[in-house]
Amino acid sequence: MISLKTPLKKEDIQKLNVGDRVLLSGTIFTARDKACNFLLQNHLAEIENSAIYHCGPIVKGNKVISAGPTTSYRLNQYTPELIEKYGVKAIIGKGGMDESVLNALKGRAVYLSAVGGAGVIYATATKVKNVYKKEFGMPEAIWELEVKDFPAIVTMDSKGNNLYAKVFQKSKKAFVKLILPTK
Amino acid sequence: MNEGDLKNKIVSLYEKTATELPNDIVFALEKAKEKEQDIIGKEIIAKILENVNQAKTDCLPICQDTGIPIFYIKRTKDYSEEDLRKIIDEATVIATEKIPLRPNAVDVLTDKNLGNKPIIHFEESEEFKIDLLLKGGGSENVSTIYQLPNQKINANRDLDGVRKSILDAVFNAQGKGCPPYIIGVAVGGNIEEVAHLSKKQLLRKITDLNPNNKLGEFEKEVLNEINQLNIGPQGLDGKTTTLGVKTIFTARHPASFFVGVSIGCWCLRRQSL
Repeated sequence: MISLKTPLKKEDIQKLNVGDRVLLSGTIFTARDKACNFLLQNHLAEIENSAIYHCGPIVKGNKVISAGPTTSYRLNQYTPELIEKYGVKAIIGKGGMDESVLNALKGRAVYLSAVGGAGVIYATATKVKNVYKKEFGMPEAIWELEVKDFPAIVTMDSKGNNLYAKVFQKSKKAFVKLILPTK
Repeated sequence: MNEGDLKNKIVSLYEKTATELPNDIVFALEKAKEKEQDIIGKEIIAKILENVNQAKTDCLPICQDTGIPIFYIKRTKDYSEEDLRKIIDEATVIATEKIPLRPNAVDVLTDKNLGNKPIIHFEESEEFKIDLLLKGGGSENVSTIYQLPNQKINANRDLDGVRKSILDAVFNAQGKGCPPYIIGVAVGGNIEEVAHLSKKQLLRKITDLNPNNKLGEFEKEVLNEINQLNIGPQGLDGKTTTLGVKTIFTARHPASFFVGVSIGCWCLRRQSL
């Protein structure tokens, strides 16, 4: 288990390999579809060198109630530019991201997977620090969260390795065998 | 039961559905944890079960995506559809605040968040019953409808074509919809019918097999084949890709052959009143 603390440094990132289990502490920012688009059209200095969490939490007052990851592939189109523009060091989500993101991660950032649906465990490790663009609605606002020992797995590293791509290739082989030819 | 009592019962139903995973699914996950050989896959199922326990103990939503509430109502003559809609709408506002649920209804034109907007299906019956399904967006996004024949996957208008459609849907979903999945399938009629009925199959218990022997065997066989795809928990490898496959076959138009595939995430929240 590797402990990581924000702000993440380039050396922290480059040491990580796919399959590593990490515990992340410090500050992270939630961003989904609307927030990612906003961050590209505008500049929010707090995002520089930060970690982005694909998450639309349930928050009541100032308390995080449930806060697991949302599916990341919807955000493929924004992510390379976000990494380029803000120097984002880590992206936390679920389900993996595409080749364009894998390329953008090279040498400078990682993708971490959290367990989809495990909302209460992640909420327990999370506190609200601030919120931007609350008018986007609860799921789409940019929540600045303080996390302590937030558990995640490195699934796309800064060296071009991608666990999801490996699973895809393996499942493709099995799939082709199962559907061809007609039984 | 007066309207106030029913409203309170529906708020409680929301709470139970959002915070307690049904026992049959918990049991299937526990069994899968024992059997799973992949190390990350096993860890993920353990994390899922830990979260399920904590959510139940603390009475908090298992997953932050509390989904679109879908009500399947067997209505007696005591209540009109109009009355029930009103009671459910009011209960939804209370539940959203109290539990709380995530406000998940976004106005398509103005992009404003409207709170929550349940979908309600009615049928008339001698006995009153409400089934509530809280259906998350991630698994909904990977649900789909096939029209057979489909050359791309070599699927004809027969049971084998249905099998290939289901495998294709899961293969395309990979880890995007939160596996291990529970899969509802409906074959026949028209688009709206297979969409509705495939989703409704998700209300069936994991252990439930189609009473038609041939289709019961088919459900077991397809489940076994999906789990050979090596997608695994959260799409990170392993044998536990799906916990159950539930099918229903209805009549079709001679020109059409639709296969609806509704994919449920592991966090399939359904309870009854």
